[in-house]
Amino acid sequence: MSDPPAVAGSVALRQDGPVRGFLRAMGAVVWKDLAAELRSRELLSAMLVFALLVILIFNFALELDVRTRETVTAGVLWVTFAFAGTLGLNRSMAVEKDRGCLDGLLLAPVDRSAIYFGKALGNLVFMLIVEAIVLPAYSALYNVNLFKPGLLLVVLLGSVGYAAVGTLLASMAVQARTRDVLLPILLFPVILPVLIAAVKASMGFLQGVELEEIRIWINLLIAYDVIFTAVAFMVFDYVVEE
Amino acid sequence: MNPTPKALKALNWLTGALFVVALYLVFFYAPREAVMGDVQRVFYFHVAAGWVGALAFLVTAITGALYLARGDRRWDQVALASVEIGIVFTFINIVSGSIWARPIWNTWWTWDPRLVTATVMELIYLAYLMLRQGIEDPDRRARFGAVYGIVGFISVPITFLSIRLFRTIHPVVVGGGDPTATGAFDMTPRMLRAFMFSMLTFTVLYADLLWHRVRLQRMAEKVEQLKMKILSG
Repeated sequence: MSDPPAVAGSVALRQDGPVRGFLRAMGAVVWKDLAAELRSRELLSAMLVFALLVILIFNFALELDVRTRETVTAGVLWVTFAFAGTLGLNRSMAVEKDRGCLDGLLLAPVDRSAIYFGKALGNLVFMLIVEAIVLPAYSALYNVNLFKPGLLLVVLLGSVGYAAVGTLLASMAVQARTRDVLLPILLFPVILPVLIAAVKASMGFLQGVELEEIRIWINLLIAYDVIFTAVAFMVFDYVVEE
Repeated sequence: MNPTPKALKALNWLTGALFVVALYLVFFYAPREAVMGDVQRVFYFHVAAGWVGALAFLVTAITGALYLARGDRRWDQVALASVEIGIVFTFINIVSGSIWARPIWNTWWTWDPRLVTATVMELIYLAYLMLRQGIEDPDRRARFGAVYGIVGFISVPITFLSIRLFRTIHPVVVGGGDPTATGAFDMTPRMLRAFMFSMLTFTVLYADLLWHRVRLQRMAEKVEQLKMKILSG
């Protein structure tokens, strides 16, 4: 496609530098997801209700009394995020697939990794919104203070890794026949390092362990985030290729 | 249909002969371990099976990357064949370890880092097969398989690292390690010879199975093509 006629909207890509064009394309994808969500509120409400239900189930399954809570809070939170996350990922990619949006996106004259980063960022934002509501809710329900800067950092790092790998795998899973059941099966074994490190680090911050002991988990989370964002960036083209 | 190539036939015989020798070495040549007794003999095939599992998944990741780069379907056939073999050998590795652990650790299973990573690896590649099963378009199936093979392979060492930070009771016989781990021992020269030979045997067995499996896939594809031809003609 050599120099197609200038169309409003896509014209900006050619006028700006490559980096700005990339960022604009990415921003457009994120904005599209957020605007759609703002109007329908399908995804967030489902994720939130589901997250609260998971916590409720844990409450009875584990008998979350004061003493158990000290040791299992981190685990309960991360299982909740992981489950609610798959729900969101599945939905966010299924919407693209079902209504033919993905084909439209792929036709756009932009770098495909911009689409990947846009979707991943959108999924990350949804996860963070859910977490931003679940954390205070959990704090209030169980009378634990979860608002420690260290814990919030762990939540952010864990969610970044989750969204990076999750977006890649979800875009594969939605193209399969068994898509609804496939995503957790594909995602959970691969995401395990994030969950282990995040649970360990969160537990460390909640129990006031020395920073020196927690740092290794934080490093692991950062390493995972960097490695898998890079891998997803490299292979995403092959996942959406027709 | 093409007859079995001569080289493959020779490899079959070589594998069989090596296996007989390996069995002899493991059961008669290698001395009885002083503390653990005969159950220690599991070790030779246990490690060899684990090695083949890891090798097979490495081959899958590499051939997957080659497929993505070159687009040649033959790489994908090797990748799939390798995953199937890897799953079987990892399973042998886990089960034989379990049989050894029952008398030595006094339990079939424990949540030790080594055991957990082996299981996670097995689960990743079971997911790989399920992913492939769910996709009809052969090109897309191959591409997705390649991507998941790469992503899965990278996550295994990270999982290993993330649980290595706990203490392990799994002995590290090759390359030293903590001698206090339950069930650790030093290899005598005879044990070492039996061990090296088992590793060689299993590696050759892997190559043999891989060849057969890739050949089987080609034949299945050819049958499919012939079927289509007859149905349409």
